Amino acid sequence: MASSKRKMNRRTAITETARAAGAVCLGGFSLAALVHMARQADARALRPPGAQPEADFLSACVRCGLCVQACPYGTLSLAEWGQEPAVGTPFFTPREVPCYMCRDVPCARACPTGALDGDIAIRDANMGVAVLVGHEDCLNYKGMNCSICVRVCPIRGDAITLEPGEYNGRRIMIPTVHSRHCTGCGTCEKHCVTGHASIRVLPRDLGLGGSGRNRAGRKA
Amino acid sequence: MNARWLIADSRRLGVQAHGVLRAHKWWLLRRICQISVLGLFMLGPMAGIWIARGNFAASQIGGVVPLADPYILIQGLFGGASPAIPVVTGAIIIALAYLIVGGRVYCGWVCPVNIVTDAAFWLREKTGLTRDRKLDRRSRLGILAATLLASALTGTVAWEFVNPVSLMQRAFISGIGFGWAIILAVFLLDLFVSRRAWCGHLCPVGAFYGLIGRGSLVRVAAVNRDACTDCGACFTICPEPHVIVPGLKGTGSPLILSGDCQNCGGCIDACPVDVFRMTTRLTVPQAREGG
Repeated sequence: MASSKRKMNRRTAITETARAAGAVCLGGFSLAALVHMARQADARALRPPGAQPEADFLSACVRCGLCVQACPYGTLSLAEWGQEPAVGTPFFTPREVPCYMCRDVPCARACPTGALDGDIAIRDANMGVAVLVGHEDCLNYKGMNCSICVRVCPIRGDAITLEPGEYNGRRIMIPTVHSRHCTGCGTCEKHCVTGHASIRVLPRDLGLGGSGRNRAGRKA
Repeated sequence: MNARWLIADSRRLGVQAHGVLRAHKWWLLRRICQISVLGLFMLGPMAGIWIARGNFAASQIGGVVPLADPYILIQGLFGGASPAIPVVTGAIIIALAYLIVGGRVYCGWVCPVNIVTDAAFWLREKTGLTRDRKLDRRSRLGILAATLLASALTGTVAWEFVNPVSLMQRAFISGIGFGWAIILAVFLLDLFVSRRAWCGHLCPVGAFYGLIGRGSLVRVAAVNRDACTDCGACFTICPEPHVIVPGLKGTGSPLILSGDCQNCGGCIDACPVDVFRMTTRLTVPQAREGG
C-alpha cells in the first residue's frame, strides 16, 4: 500500500490511523442508520413461503431473484426503490397475485442462500395470516351470504370457516380465520369482493394477538 | 456531421497510428462482454430462454453451476447469516475466476455502472470539463470496511440497500424504480465533481475485487517500454493511472501488478507505439523485490 512506503513518524502514523478509523466508523454508523430506517418491514410486504424470520432473512438474502424467476405464477417480485420492502428483496402483494401454494414450493427450492427454507412443506408456510379487518364492509357482516373468502381458500374447511354469530341483532355467518392452518397465501384477499379487501393478509406479529397477560406497566 | 468527433481525445494518437478499429479493440471487446453478460440474464425473463437464472448477486448457469458475488456473501456473514452450500460454492467459483483473469476485470468487463462512468468520462473530455475535486483513492477501502461494519451492526447485507452496481444490473433484469436517481447521481459525480470519482475512488465493490486482483494471473505488461514516446495517451485513458507508473517507468518488471488495474486494455488501445500487451504473470519475468 502507498501509505506503508511513505516515511512516517509515530505521530503521523497514529494520526492517520485514527483518522481512517474515524472515517470508517462515521461511514459505517451512517450506513447502519440508513439501513435501520429502510429495513422496517412494511405490513404490506409479504415474503415468499419458507422465509426465515425478517431479521435473519435480511442477512441471508442476496437479492438474486432466483425465487422470483422460479415462481410459475409471477407472484413474486424484487422490491424496487420506492416500494415497501428493503430494496432488492423478494415480496408479493396478494391483492394483485396471491401465492398459489405449489406443492413442490419451487421458489423456496430455488433459493441458494437458505433465506428461504427449501425443505418446507407448503402447508407449514408462514407468509402471514389472514385477518378480517373490515367488519363494516364485509358482506357477511351485513347479513348476506357472500362467503367468497371461505370458498376460495385453498386450505378448505380448515383455514377459514363460517361460524354462526349475531351482529346488530341479526343472525350472520362470520368468516373466521384459524391461524394454525392459515399460511397467508392471500387467495381470500385477492378475491374479496369489496373495493378494498375486507380480509387481508398481515405479517403474523401484526395480525395476531398473543396469549398471556399484557406486560405493560408490570415489573419483570 | 463528422463521426470522428465521437472518438475520445485520449484515443486520437492510437487511431492515427493503427486506425479506428484497432484503437477500439479492447474497448469493443469489453462492451460486447458487458452487454452479453447482462443479455444472458435478460434472455430468461424477457424471452423465456433460461441459460442463466438469477442476477449478478447469485445465479444458476445452465441449471447446474451456482455463481454468487463473494462481496455480498461476506457482508451477509458479517450480518450473522449462516449461508447455504450453493451460495458459498458460487462465491468460491467467482473468487477463483477473478483470481485468474484479474479481480477488477469485474469492473471493466462485467459491471454495467462502468458504461455509465466511462460515458461520463468521455463527456468530460468532450466538453472540456476539468473541475477535479481530489479524492483519496483509498477512500474505497474505508467504505468497504464501513459496509462490513454496518452489516455487523444491523444484521443485514448493508451495502445492498444503496449499491448502484446491484441496482443497475437489476434495472435490466427485473426493475429499479427510483433507483435510477442513484445511477444518475454517480454519472453527475463523475462528470462534474471529480475525474473517475466513483469507480476509481469510492466504490467498495471495486475495492473488494481489487483486493482479489492483487494476486491475479492475467496482467497487462509494458513489454515494449523502450519504445515509449512519453505522449501520455495511456495515462489519459487509464481509469487508474497510478497503476501504469511502476511497469512503464520503473526499472523492475514491466508487469502492471497493482490490484487496481482493471485489465481493460485501454492503454493497449491508446498507445501509438504498441508498448503494452495483455499477458500473464508467468510469461513476463517479474523483477526481484526492490529490483
